[in-house]
Amino acid sequence: MSNQIVQGILLGGYYALIACGLSFMFSVMRIINLAHGSLAVLSAFALWLLASRFHISPFLGLVIVLPLMAVIGWALQRFLLERSARGGALLPILTTFGLAIVIDNVLFEQFGADTRSLAPYIGSLSYDSWEWPGSIYVGKLAVIIFITAVVLLGGLQLFLTRTGIGRSIRATSEDPDTAGLVGVDARRAMAIAAAIAMVTVGLAGAFLGMRATFDPYAGATQLLFAFEAAVIGGAGSVWGTLIGGIVLALAQTLGAQVHPQGFLIGGHVAFLIVLFIRLYTSGLGLRGLLRLSTGKTS
Amino acid sequence: MSLLSVEDLVVRHGLLQAVRGVSFSVERGETLALVGANGAGKTTLLRAIAGAHQAASGRVLFNGADLSGVPSHSRVRNGIALVPEGRKLFVQMTVEENLLLGKTAGRPGEWSVEKVLDAFPNLKPRRHAKAGHLSGGEQQATAIGRALMSNPDLLLLDEVSLGLSPLVVDRVYASLQGLISSGTTIILVEQDLNRALSVSNKVICMLEGRVALAGDSRSMSREEVTKAYFGLHRKSATGVPA
Repeated sequence: MSNQIVQGILLGGYYALIACGLSFMFSVMRIINLAHGSLAVLSAFALWLLASRFHISPFLGLVIVLPLMAVIGWALQRFLLERSARGGALLPILTTFGLAIVIDNVLFEQFGADTRSLAPYIGSLSYDSWEWPGSIYVGKLAVIIFITAVVLLGGLQLFLTRTGIGRSIRATSEDPDTAGLVGVDARRAMAIAAAIAMVTVGLAGAFLGMRATFDPYAGATQLLFAFEAAVIGGAGSVWGTLIGGIVLALAQTLGAQVHPQGFLIGGHVAFLIVLFIRLYTSGLGLRGLLRLSTGKTS
Repeated sequence: MSLLSVEDLVVRHGLLQAVRGVSFSVERGETLALVGANGAGKTTLLRAIAGAHQAASGRVLFNGADLSGVPSHSRVRNGIALVPEGRKLFVQMTVEENLLLGKTAGRPGEWSVEKVLDAFPNLKPRRHAKAGHLSGGEQQATAIGRALMSNPDLLLLDEVSLGLSPLVVDRVYASLQGLISSGTTIILVEQDLNRALSVSNKVICMLEGRVALAGDSRSMSREEVTKAYFGLHRKSATGVPA
């Protein structure tokens, strides 16, 4: 059992990493980015292309791909999300849903339906492990991913609280009009926030490709895991995202012990339990929840 | 050249014309009080100068430069800072973080977090408290301090006494007196006529979006301003009800 718990915690690091950008965009920009998973897969394909065609290691490829993802994030905010946000809260969600379909199909058009992986390009790292006391084998890559998630989330927290740009982003998120009145360029702050979110998505895509296989339509599953981890952790909380990722992964790992199909179901059950607890404690009460489920509003 | 010139400014809220062809100027070091009843257009005028509302027509000239179409964050860089009605602090942030946000514009000058805390001693023990947990007086002091952190050439104060107890208002005005003595140029929107007239050297009384009365505060009687405030002077001037 202790082995399963350790593996679950380490897997939680990956989920926290993939949920980080989604949670950041939601808390700062109030946008639920349904193209989140597809953008992670786009990053994985970019690294795979660099590795397979130009023999650039995926780790070195990040030096090229992460700045590109930042530019994509900046452009997305300036030319797509900012404009769609003027049409109300629903339009950006539909826009990112459409973007996900476009990305998935462009990747399918370019790379076909074959599954790929970055594992062959990182040597033995994808399967190397350390033996811990109690016959627990800990994958080196899983540990690297977990440490990266902690460093990234901690760095993001420090960035938001200790830097001028971070404060500007938080101020814009809280009240964009007043932020302008104290000298913050709200458009610039949001574009920087989108660029940062895409860098985290790019990193998550890299680790997705290193630890597993991916294909052009793998984005939906990644979006689902990211969404569940973000909701469990309380969307918007930096450290909550890490806890959400760990809880989701532990539920999946323990679910797999109960039944071979239990991996996904365990995660979904944990997500639904936390979601209902959150809704119940939000003041709606049991009657409010029942009204929501039956569609009665009065 | 005046520090600020407002020329025939018109500002609309949809179909409603909130400011109707207002013109005035402010010299460096002056304190101008904008008074008038609720809905007279004072706040809209102030927000239009700060860039929070776009003018339908007319011009705002600051240091001789036309600010038409210049967004609010750039106006802060030009030297205009607004303390908005209702304080509008970032409630999830601490007092210090709110003050540091005022530095975003990057204008050089004497104001720092330490100097603001010296100017508003009641904020010193609350430096790391979240703005949402402050009292009304502390929030107002933080809002004024935040505006001062941008080292403005022109400070716009919108209803600084609104919602505060008389004792707290006295404290806020004592701090303002210090700013005025140091030569800071201020435009003050205030409902309290006595306070407005006591701290300002120029007064403009607005009525239904227009300037009903303008002049030197010291040469103007309270009765005269009160008549303009309620639109009574127009009645006597034209002989017909306004």
